Amino acid sequence: MKITNTIVEKHGLKPEEYSKIKELLKREPNFLELGIFSAMWNEHCSYKSSRIHLKNLPTKGKQVIQGPGENAGVIDIGDDDAIVFKIESHNHPSYIEPYQGAATGVGGILRDVFTMGARPIALLNSIHFGSPGHPKTKTLLNGVVSGISGYGNCIGIPTVAGETKFDSTYNENILVNAMAVGCADKNKIFYSKAKGTNKSVVYVGSKTGRDGIHGASMASAEFDENSEDKKPTVQVGDPFTEKLLMEACLELMKDNSIISIQDMGAAGLTSSSVEMASKGDLGIELQLDKVPCREEGMTPYEMMLSESQERMLIVLEDKKEKDAKKIFEKWDLDFAIIGKTTNTNNLTLKFENETVGEIPIDALASKAPLYDRKWTKTKLPEKKINIKDLKKIKLEDALLKILYSPNQSNKSWVTEQFDQMVMTDTAQRSGADAAIIRIHKKEKAIAVTVDSSANYCKAHPLTGGKQIVCESWRNLIAVGAKPIAITNCLNFGNPENPKVMGQFAECLIGLKEACEFLDFPVVSGNVSFYNGTNKKNIDPTPVVGGVGLIQNTKNKINHLLKKEGNIILQIGKTFGHLYQSVFFKEIYSITEGPPPDVNLPNEKNNGMSVLKLISDKMIASAHDISAGGLILALAEMSMSSEYGLKIEKPQKLSNIMEFYFGEDQGRYLVEIEPKNLQNVIKILNKNNIFSESIAVVQKDYFEVLDEFKINTKDLYKTNNKWYNNY
Amino acid sequence: MNSSVIVFPGSNCDRDIAGALENLQFRNTMVWHKETVLPKSDLIVIPGGFSYGDYLRSGAIAAKSNILKEVVKVANDGCLVLGICNGFQILTETGLLKGALLKNKNLKFLGKDIYVKAMNTDNKFCNKYKHGQVLKFNIAHNEGNYFTNPNHLKELEDKNLIPFKYCDEKGNINEENNPNGSLNNIAGILNDKKNILGMMPHPERMIDQIISNNDGVNLFASLLN
Repeated sequence: MKITNTIVEKHGLKPEEYSKIKELLKREPNFLELGIFSAMWNEHCSYKSSRIHLKNLPTKGKQVIQGPGENAGVIDIGDDDAIVFKIESHNHPSYIEPYQGAATGVGGILRDVFTMGARPIALLNSIHFGSPGHPKTKTLLNGVVSGISGYGNCIGIPTVAGETKFDSTYNENILVNAMAVGCADKNKIFYSKAKGTNKSVVYVGSKTGRDGIHGASMASAEFDENSEDKKPTVQVGDPFTEKLLMEACLELMKDNSIISIQDMGAAGLTSSSVEMASKGDLGIELQLDKVPCREEGMTPYEMMLSESQERMLIVLEDKKEKDAKKIFEKWDLDFAIIGKTTNTNNLTLKFENETVGEIPIDALASKAPLYDRKWTKTKLPEKKINIKDLKKIKLEDALLKILYSPNQSNKSWVTEQFDQMVMTDTAQRSGADAAIIRIHKKEKAIAVTVDSSANYCKAHPLTGGKQIVCESWRNLIAVGAKPIAITNCLNFGNPENPKVMGQFAECLIGLKEACEFLDFPVVSGNVSFYNGTNKKNIDPTPVVGGVGLIQNTKNKINHLLKKEGNIILQIGKTFGHLYQSVFFKEIYSITEGPPPDVNLPNEKNNGMSVLKLISDKMIASAHDISAGGLILALAEMSMSSEYGLKIEKPQKLSNIMEFYFGEDQGRYLVEIEPKNLQNVIKILNKNNIFSESIAVVQKDYFEVLDEFKINTKDLYKTNNKWYNNY
Repeated sequence: MNSSVIVFPGSNCDRDIAGALENLQFRNTMVWHKETVLPKSDLIVIPGGFSYGDYLRSGAIAAKSNILKEVVKVANDGCLVLGICNGFQILTETGLLKGALLKNKNLKFLGKDIYVKAMNTDNKFCNKYKHGQVLKFNIAHNEGNYFTNPNHLKELEDKNLIPFKYCDEKGNINEENNPNGSLNNIAGILNDKKNILGMMPHPERMIDQIISNNDGVNLFASLLN
């Protein structure tokens, strides 16, 4: 077939990229080779627009075993235990086909984790939808949630935390980010780097079908009115087969058979084989007749580009083929030796006794395009609003309105669709600042959380980038965990637009500054560009997944009030920053102005002090103050507990709305027994930390003196009402 | 006491149940679904999960497996059999227990803590519970909505073959506290000889105060009594 300009364009390649292909090959590619270049050079696989920015992120640390570049990041949590984790997007497929898109997103990220030798122990998700009133939202919401639940529940990994948000910016392009966390023996981590020539390359798992062909290319372009036509590019998930594949791989990993292992994710057989060879500085030869196929008459092009799920590629040590095969047969999975490693440094594809494609590996990997795209800075927006000019609203009415709002309402209608308890190590389920998973048969536990603040990032990407790292850090501290490392999923619009590229670049500078300052490195991640439809880009939405360590699960803490008469102390200072707040948005529909400032030294000092107080058992409960401000955090502490609060009014701030709804950063609420109060204040003063006592725990009623008094059960009901009415 | 846990490729509560049994010093064996011989067992547990993917009807294919044929034989001879969640679904598919588990009334997967009331403690599985005791268990299922014909339902009630019913924190049994739509709030049933128990809630998830509570321990302890 003659390669025409139209064919090149259909493969998502720019004319100059095609010229580069010809230059690298020193000839024209054939159709199969063009397909392979398209799969490897698209944004999703090559990171061509993001690489130069990503390399600035701090990725090293005392506890980091493996940073970005592998299937997932790996951290050391002591006693030879390692935690393997990563977050990934499945935005485009989930918009086209919500159930399968979300399900295969979960499947893909799980494979990334068990490929490295870790048994997955937790799943998390961050899902963003359009306005609840948008005609597509309800279907997408139900489809995505049941897709996540269908896959995770079946494979038997608890889904323990997440966030569900709504905003019109996602009307035409939802976000579905899934995170998986696994536990491994730190001395038995498996990598994708192949070693040695003439080693068997083995295909295991499901058969290859015609589904998902060009999925990664689809995810590297904006949507338009014809997006529905892209349905065939969405893969179909089979969690049962994934379970078999996981158990079989983990069983094979018990001995020393595996040199290298890589899951077939985006761009399937192409990217997995190229990855292995590229990292090992080797060539790889595949005999495509041997690929197990689901359908008859599949062409090499279809086999190389299929994104059928639940497949793995393994390079085996010599003479291990028979034993390995036995394991996969036990689990009723396909096992086929489809090729070998070579010293040619080429990807060589054979089919029906003919060489049908031959491409230098480096042309697909290290020589893939790299762009330093133009980007523009976002100025810090001005503060133009005088709160005294706004129509007055009662504190109680504002609180109830916010508790009822889609974004702040209780999300148990989502989390109740997830099995959170399977594996019986979930020590804190969703609904808290972070979830806690005990390490099986050990005393210690990890805490995990996912967070995003798209409106802060939109208003000022640099500050927003810092803020989400701090938010993740605080959420871990608030459950008593020492923050260790993060993974990130960077969801942005079209990188060819300098404004979008600027949002990306500046969010990353923010991320970098905060991660460095807090010693909270990035160990894995994923970039998702081209989130938008018809030139309308989504707001920048970086999502951060944080992991922390609790030495003894018994020392875990949560945000629920514990005892009548205890004092609530606010740690960190309230300045009353209302721009970009939930209050401004929900009550006045104001979305302008700068996000709250992030003060990293304060953040660190406050966090470390709270953590110390928790480990010294001076604190009965703790909660991070975030979106919605102080009053929402106080309400959250009451709503699911048996107690209410008697809250004093502030002395200093002129406007109580600023005091209660301001979203100043670096703040926590802690519950303290009266006998410990003096001691705690002394410690905080010594560390130069501002604190003030603001409430007392009481029975049944949530009350702000001289303002309102409401039964906590009614608060809870209001908070749970929205979805039932949706 | 010797126990066997049947492991299907899609079982996912097998490790949890084995842990619960081993905590109480059961001598436990994991039995792979392709086996055709059962080890000598005083108790057989069919754990939760998705046996063979359950794409057809929960438990339908598992009921036809080699190992289940053996389970049916020993169950008919009086061996104790406990089916939890998917295990309960499988037991109804084999006919060892009557009735069926339909889709939850809200048509969604339900994963949450619920309360059940111990209605009959005069059997091998529940003798450590007090009659009328309210227990907090966890459920996680798509098809837990117990259904049977009116005659059988009457028989279950009359013969006291319903050990657990869904209730509220205080033990009130009503439709409001029926999570999945089960007839008469049924959370578990016994066969006539009371050697087979099928239940949707997971007692093995309630054996550790740090994780949840200890309400499930006595179910396993009862078996040792």
